Amino acid sequence: MSSRPVIQLRGVSKSFGAVAALTDVDLEVSAGEVLALVGDNGAGKSTLVKTLAGVHAPDSGTIEFLGDEVTIPGPNAALNLGIATVFQDLALCDNLDVVSNLFLGSEIRGTRLNEVEMEVRSWELLRQLSAKIPSVRIPIASLSGGQRQTVAIARSLLRDPKLIILDEPTAALGVEQTAEVLNLVERLRENGLAVIMISHNMADVRAVADRVSVLRLGRNNGTFAVADVSQEDIVSAITGATDNAASRRIAASTRTEQE
Amino acid sequence: MNEPSSTTIARELEDQSVREQQDLRGLLSGTWGRIRSGDLGAFPVLVGLVIIAVIFQSLNSNFLSSANLVNLLLQSAAVGVISLGIVCVLLVGQIDLSVGSVSGLAAAVFATLFVKEGWPLVLAVVGAVAVGLVIGWVYGQIFNRFGVPSFVITLGGLLGFLGLQLFVLGPSGTINLPYDSWLVQFGQLSFVPAWLSYVLVVVASGGYFVSQWLLARERRRRGLVAKSVQVMAVQAGVLLVALLFAVWYLNQSRGVGWMFVFFVALVLVMHYALTRTSWGRHVYAVGGSVEAARRAGINVRRIYTSVFVICSTLAAVGGLLAAGRIAAASQSSGTGDVNLNAIAAAVIGGTSLFGGRGSAFSALLGILVIQAISSGLILLNLNSSLRFMVTGAVLVLAVMVDSLSRRSRSEHGRG
Repeated sequence: MSSRPVIQLRGVSKSFGAVAALTDVDLEVSAGEVLALVGDNGAGKSTLVKTLAGVHAPDSGTIEFLGDEVTIPGPNAALNLGIATVFQDLALCDNLDVVSNLFLGSEIRGTRLNEVEMEVRSWELLRQLSAKIPSVRIPIASLSGGQRQTVAIARSLLRDPKLIILDEPTAALGVEQTAEVLNLVERLRENGLAVIMISHNMADVRAVADRVSVLRLGRNNGTFAVADVSQEDIVSAITGATDNAASRRIAASTRTEQE
Repeated sequence: MNEPSSTTIARELEDQSVREQQDLRGLLSGTWGRIRSGDLGAFPVLVGLVIIAVIFQSLNSNFLSSANLVNLLLQSAAVGVISLGIVCVLLVGQIDLSVGSVSGLAAAVFATLFVKEGWPLVLAVVGAVAVGLVIGWVYGQIFNRFGVPSFVITLGGLLGFLGLQLFVLGPSGTINLPYDSWLVQFGQLSFVPAWLSYVLVVVASGGYFVSQWLLARERRRRGLVAKSVQVMAVQAGVLLVALLFAVWYLNQSRGVGWMFVFFVALVLVMHYALTRTSWGRHVYAVGGSVEAARRAGINVRRIYTSVFVICSTLAAVGGLLAAGRIAAASQSSGTGDVNLNAIAAAVIGGTSLFGGRGSAFSALLGILVIQAISSGLILLNLNSSLRFMVTGAVLVLAVMVDSLSRRSRSEHGRG
């Protein structure tokens, strides 16, 4: 964390009517760093991500991107700044092939679509991610969940972002596919991107994240370096109790998972 | 990174869809594999056409005669053009039930402007086509702004524009077009000279080969796997022989009608637009997932408006062709089975009712099936009651094939 943070949030708050979704949240991520954003359901993770993606405007607080204070009024503004978000539903067209999906909405064309150029660029992009995609000319429907996630992430890289936000990228994936996606996250870090990964899975968090930031009831509840924090500490920060039935049970179950 | 990379090619070689472009065995086994997994393409239609031909030929030996086939092709042009518009609307997962009425209205407007008002033919044609264009634009606006399902909007249009057609035609109900007018000549009497028909066939298959060859050269240059010359040559050769035989057989009687050539040209233009332009890509994307298309920055409303405009405009063009064919615009223009035949043709030809899947060629293949059935039953002296029943049954059968192949595709993970 020696370098200047790519994005830095200070005192960000957001309310929906009487409900305070985020209160005074601080967050920062540097280039080449993976930050896991964890928290229970309703802790404000999604609201925070939507704030960065330009879906919601924060009520107060500042967002600095590469050192400059910015506002993110809309999704396109976020993309233009260099913030790419891969939402959980991926938003891919099942009937189109990988190349078409990657370049959807920003096709390379002269008088007509330049399929050859797009195909070459697709291979380059996927190779850069060491992604295992059987062919770029098969419809998305033929791909596994992990491969779809790969395509969605690859597409977000087309606009050369500095920060990429992954919303539960491993939810609903099998063991092997999860490993595939986690490898991909490693690759993103190696390529010097700042990564924010939302996850519920402590094993995944420990596998790839450098730091863990815990949200609880819309507030920061601790940021830890993964290397020197125990699973129990994270879980208790999420649940807000150092010793109660829930934290003991979750800690115990995650411990057995690891063994 | 422009250097061809051996790893790219090696990885691509693992892929079935690429392997089948390498040699003939790959081509055949790949095609068979696709069909078995439910990616049927034009296969069921071609089988259907063969079955229809065998049945009717055995019942009446005139069915496959040159004269009957010439007629069949001419008959199919008008509804085929309408069906081409339906393909576009179906691709975005919508429907237009009013194409019959719009075609009838266009015919009525044309006849009124041309015969009653004495406008020059070209201006009357433009006026009639513009009616279709405006109707499609209005559909698009209602659909986008008020979110009314296209089914309901166009059902309203079906009745409303039939009423307008009757109003435009006035109390007489029928306006005859002069026989010497260009549109009637075009619809009934103008055929491609034999020599020109052969030239067109050679140009078409030659053009196909050259475009494939240029594409393959470009792909190889960039380090991608490309079709082998052998495969290209065989495909172009089969195309050439098939077309030459077809044209030669048709030339035994009157030959190929210009109106049919016009229809095929429209199909080719539409095919190009759907597969080679970003507009076409976006049409398929909207049909596949509206939400994904919207998030990719596609102006979804504009795509919807464009397909409704194209559909109604082509319906108007089809109406003019039909009017030219029978040399009149009447109260029955565009009524009866025109609507259903146009929609059925698109679906029978392989365009999915569920959106995002199909091609311009499905209008061509589908209308051939429908006209073949219709022509066969007429040759057998069976009246329209039976024709309606058979066409209806074939439509349901085609949708069943579509649904089944969709299920099979999702089981085989081919989307």
